[in-house]
Amino acid sequence: MSRIGVFICHCGENIGATVNCEKVAKTIAAMPGVALSVDYKYMCSDPGQNLIRQAIKEKNLTGVVVAACSPRMHEPTFRRACADSGLNPYLCEMANLREHCSWVHAKSGATTDKAVDLVSMLVEKVKRNKPLHPIKVPVTKTALVIGGGIAGIQASLDIANAGQKVVLVEREPSIGGHMSQLSETFPTLDCSQCILTPRMVEVAQHPNITLYTYSEIESVSGFIGNFTVRIRKKARSIDEKLCTGCGNCVTACPIKKISSEFNAGLEMRSAIYVPFPQAVPNKPVIDRTRCSYFKSGKCKFCETKCPAKAIRFDQQDEIVEIQVGAIVTATGFNVAETSFFPEYGYGKYKDVITGLQFERLLSASGPTLGEVKRPSDGKVPEKVVFIACAGSRDPAKGIEYCSKICCMYTAKHAMLYKHKVHNGEAYVFYMDIRAAGKGYDEFVRRAIEDDHVQYIRGRVSRVYERNGKLIVKGADTLLGAQQVEIEADLVVLATAGISNNGAEELAQKLHVSYDSHKFFSEAHPKLRPVETNSAGIFLAGACQAPKDIPESVSQASAAASKVIGLFSQNEMTREPVIAVVNRTVSPVFSTCMGCFMCQGACPYNAIEREEIKTRDGTLIKTVAKVNPGLCQGCGTCVAFCRSKSIDLQGYSNEQVYAELMELLS
Amino acid sequence: MSVSIGLDTDSIAGWMEQTSGILVQRCYQCGKCSAGCPAANEMDFTPSVLLHLLQTQRNAADKKVLSSYTIWLCLSCQTCVTRCPMEVDLPKVMDLLRAEALKRRTVHPRAKEIIAFHTSFLNTIKRFGRLWEVGLVGEYKLRTRHWLQDVLLSPSMFLKGKLSLLPHRIKGKDEVKSIFIQVRSEKENAP
Amino acid sequence: MKLGFYPGCSLEGSSREYAESIRAIAPFIGLELEEVENWNCCGSSSAHAMDHTLSLALPARVLAQAEKQGLHDVVVPCAACYNRLASTQHELNEDRKTKEAVVSAIKMPYAGTTVVQNILDVLEQSLTPQVTANFPATFPYKIVCYYGCLLVRPPKILKSVRYEDPQQMDNLMRQIGATPLNWGMKTECCGAGLTMTRTDIVANLCGTILEDAAERGAEAIIVACPMCHSNLDMRRKDTERITGKKFTIPVLYITQAIGLALGLSPKQLGLQRHFVNVALQGKMKFQKNVPVGATAAGA
Repeated sequence: MSRIGVFICHCGENIGATVNCEKVAKTIAAMPGVALSVDYKYMCSDPGQNLIRQAIKEKNLTGVVVAACSPRMHEPTFRRACADSGLNPYLCEMANLREHCSWVHAKSGATTDKAVDLVSMLVEKVKRNKPLHPIKVPVTKTALVIGGGIAGIQASLDIANAGQKVVLVEREPSIGGHMSQLSETFPTLDCSQCILTPRMVEVAQHPNITLYTYSEIESVSGFIGNFTVRIRKKARSIDEKLCTGCGNCVTACPIKKISSEFNAGLEMRSAIYVPFPQAVPNKPVIDRTRCSYFKSGKCKFCETKCPAKAIRFDQQDEIVEIQVGAIVTATGFNVAETSFFPEYGYGKYKDVITGLQFERLLSASGPTLGEVKRPSDGKVPEKVVFIACAGSRDPAKGIEYCSKICCMYTAKHAMLYKHKVHNGEAYVFYMDIRAAGKGYDEFVRRAIEDDHVQYIRGRVSRVYERNGKLIVKGADTLLGAQQVEIEADLVVLATAGISNNGAEELAQKLHVSYDSHKFFSEAHPKLRPVETNSAGIFLAGACQAPKDIPESVSQASAAASKVIGLFSQNEMTREPVIAVVNRTVSPVFSTCMGCFMCQGACPYNAIEREEIKTRDGTLIKTVAKVNPGLCQGCGTCVAFCRSKSIDLQGYSNEQVYAELMELLS
Repeated sequence: MSVSIGLDTDSIAGWMEQTSGILVQRCYQCGKCSAGCPAANEMDFTPSVLLHLLQTQRNAADKKVLSSYTIWLCLSCQTCVTRCPMEVDLPKVMDLLRAEALKRRTVHPRAKEIIAFHTSFLNTIKRFGRLWEVGLVGEYKLRTRHWLQDVLLSPSMFLKGKLSLLPHRIKGKDEVKSIFIQVRSEKENAP
Repeated sequence: MKLGFYPGCSLEGSSREYAESIRAIAPFIGLELEEVENWNCCGSSSAHAMDHTLSLALPARVLAQAEKQGLHDVVVPCAACYNRLASTQHELNEDRKTKEAVVSAIKMPYAGTTVVQNILDVLEQSLTPQVTANFPATFPYKIVCYYGCLLVRPPKILKSVRYEDPQQMDNLMRQIGATPLNWGMKTECCGAGLTMTRTDIVANLCGTILEDAAERGAEAIIVACPMCHSNLDMRRKDTERITGKKFTIPVLYITQAIGLALGLSPKQLGLQRHFVNVALQGKMKFQKNVPVGATAAGA
């Protein structure tokens, strides 16, 4: 005998101004099986919830329908209220009268009728709801951090220092990321490597952190608390245990004309190389795509020069499989190349460079040892033009967003240039100056007032080369958009921050959402910035959107705190809205025929095969079985099953049909 | 003296949005168009400034725009729209402003020659279906009284075979004339 | 390759030599040109400067005429005409209302199916390495290729590739033995239609172009637009007068350069009609009056 309690919420004016809630409550009260039907201003408030708690006790309710906002808002609230009064929370459902009714229609009789329909459908469903109990799954207390830049390093250290285990996977030969390429950081002008390398070393030496460099994620399966990850340790061609990092091999290598990734293409490296002197680990790697031996079977010079006999040409990639409970993606970003700009030369002018390349010129460990010399002829430039917003805020180029960090690093670059070339002239063409962080605006003022960097408000239409100079044609919009022309020695483009190479492929491996720019999507832009829509996978740093170091570090620590929170229990509970294959007594055991169409249809690989055997081990039949840890309750298998042997708890065939029949009657 | 601000409902910006879908609000005044415009140095308002005047949606500013020299000096070289990050169709805006300036009879005094040139050009097409260069120059001189303009050039052109004294009348010239009549009002706006 | 041919007003008048050179080289590179009958002026800049609908109607009539004649592909050597025809076709495709207004004005059926090609597109297709290998001569000069505005902009409508640093003409010139130089004025405007009304602006813009070309050591400027040619060549004296600088560099149409590489004489290519003397004989040998219709050896 059903005794359903129905509570119609006005939600202030949100529902009440458009739907006649009183009428809905009255109409529903007349339905068979409804023991109570009332309306109230704010059901989610304490008094509102008390209404439910009291009604359950007083009227002995067997089910509750709260007609209010979206269940995504308050389903947990109302379910908890029911549980408080001893009613199984899964016997409580919400009808969405707000997003599905009052917010999308105008006030009218038809709107109120629709509200009545929505509520009556849920009443019929709840009459058929069964009590369900949360599923408990164990949690593996190891975290996987993908990406060894500052975000990945911070997240790893935070989790490791909380006593949990971390596996950090970095695809480059060394950790450090873009921060290791920087010369100084704003707004303090701290030496970037000086503040970074201690952390890099801490990661390498931390007892709770296992570091895999020159490695990539091969595959990920599983679910929160229980991921299985396969890591491909790419062959370094070096026995890391024997290698002492002496560097003889690098000196010996005859192939020295490979564009160095670390130096952003401004310098060459050899085929066997260590990316930079402070690399962690400080062990070389053979670039097999360029090594003579791997291409044509000749050379092996490095092997002859290695005192530790550590070179291993026959080393193979190794696949390591690990179990982790949470994943933090900290895979960083990239910057657009100069070839992206038709009006600035399609990348053919050597002295038109990106901000990252200029950073390498400024860096003491860079190709010019910290002296600002231009790439074409090594001369010290007397006039440098910095172009901000190169590619960013540019829908015509497909990048409509602001890259956030360029205003600040452009000011920094101009300042450092002036510090190094006292009589040089620095010009910055800008549209706005976005310096919103702590100490940031003061930093930019320093550039303008102390270092006399000349800021011109306007964009540059074209840059071309003439007589060894770069002719920059811009406009000064604060002077009526008057044309200005500068004969520069060097042009630095603050190019747009873009998603890193391979971001899309990784997101697909992890089943993490990403946007049209291939930045990973956060679960909610305001309230859940470090979570993804995939439970157990968290975001840290610029892989989510371009951001500066303090933000990356904050986000990394936030992601780490989520992981630590997750690991604070030995078990975690999951919603019991999962599919179940029916079982019954012998000799039927189950109506499942073992066709396994459901297995192929399941997007989460949650369906397994279960052998039903006699007591002595003879096989009777093999039926489908749902793994309660993996199933996400999508219902695809239910739709596929020809014999209706599989059903979804909480949204059973019976319940859904009842809703439909109520709507159609 | 400060300008009193309001948004005029009959602004050009509004009319432009309705008729051609061009949204002047898209422009964020970066100045790239002005920076690359080959004629900007001769203009009274450079292209981005002209667009900003339209953005103010004030009749007084619109008047300035329509009576500017800028719109007549525009070479339609398409450099601006090619480089504009917001893809504002500035050449089309210029076309629309010119037509409107003629309609409202608010043209910059210096634009007299340019309008005379276009009018003379189009008149030969209307009559013959194709350009008759001698006719163009003749009518242009009549309108502008620049009798000696390029007077040394014409004989050389003629001797080099580049100038035909007589017009080439195409077979469909009446069809072309009727296109003109149907499409344009016959009131000549030459000053 | 059989193509429709829309010369436009300039090629009949002030840029006659362009049409002459095209007709001269056509048989040698396998081009059969059928002129659009009864074609009218496309309106050039003057039409769109004064009246939008007129600026669409005039080119639309040309396209309708080509359709009537059954010409599927039409080559339009004048860059301005090319731009007008292509832009008109694009706009009429996008906006049905405008299309209706225009079709009612031209009173001819219009399907918008003509493939409008510029001279560079056509030359790219017909000047294959096999064809140029059989040329009796070459064009062994250091040159700069001047594309101007309307051949490449707006890139979205014309579907131009590498529109800030186009290579089509450069590649073609390289094929006939020229050395195209990198320079800074490839697509900078020459001053266009202000040639009569603000000759000073044209002079200054052309002065900049000529100066850059001369600085780079170019022996000739190659163009594919009659307006650009006119401003750079016919207006040379004005340019020198207004800028106070002297420029002797000749300006040739690409079809004239190709004609020279084919061994045709300057007269066949209309070089005598230029205002700036084309004194390139130094490295070339001209054949006397190769009859039209004769094919290059082995072509």
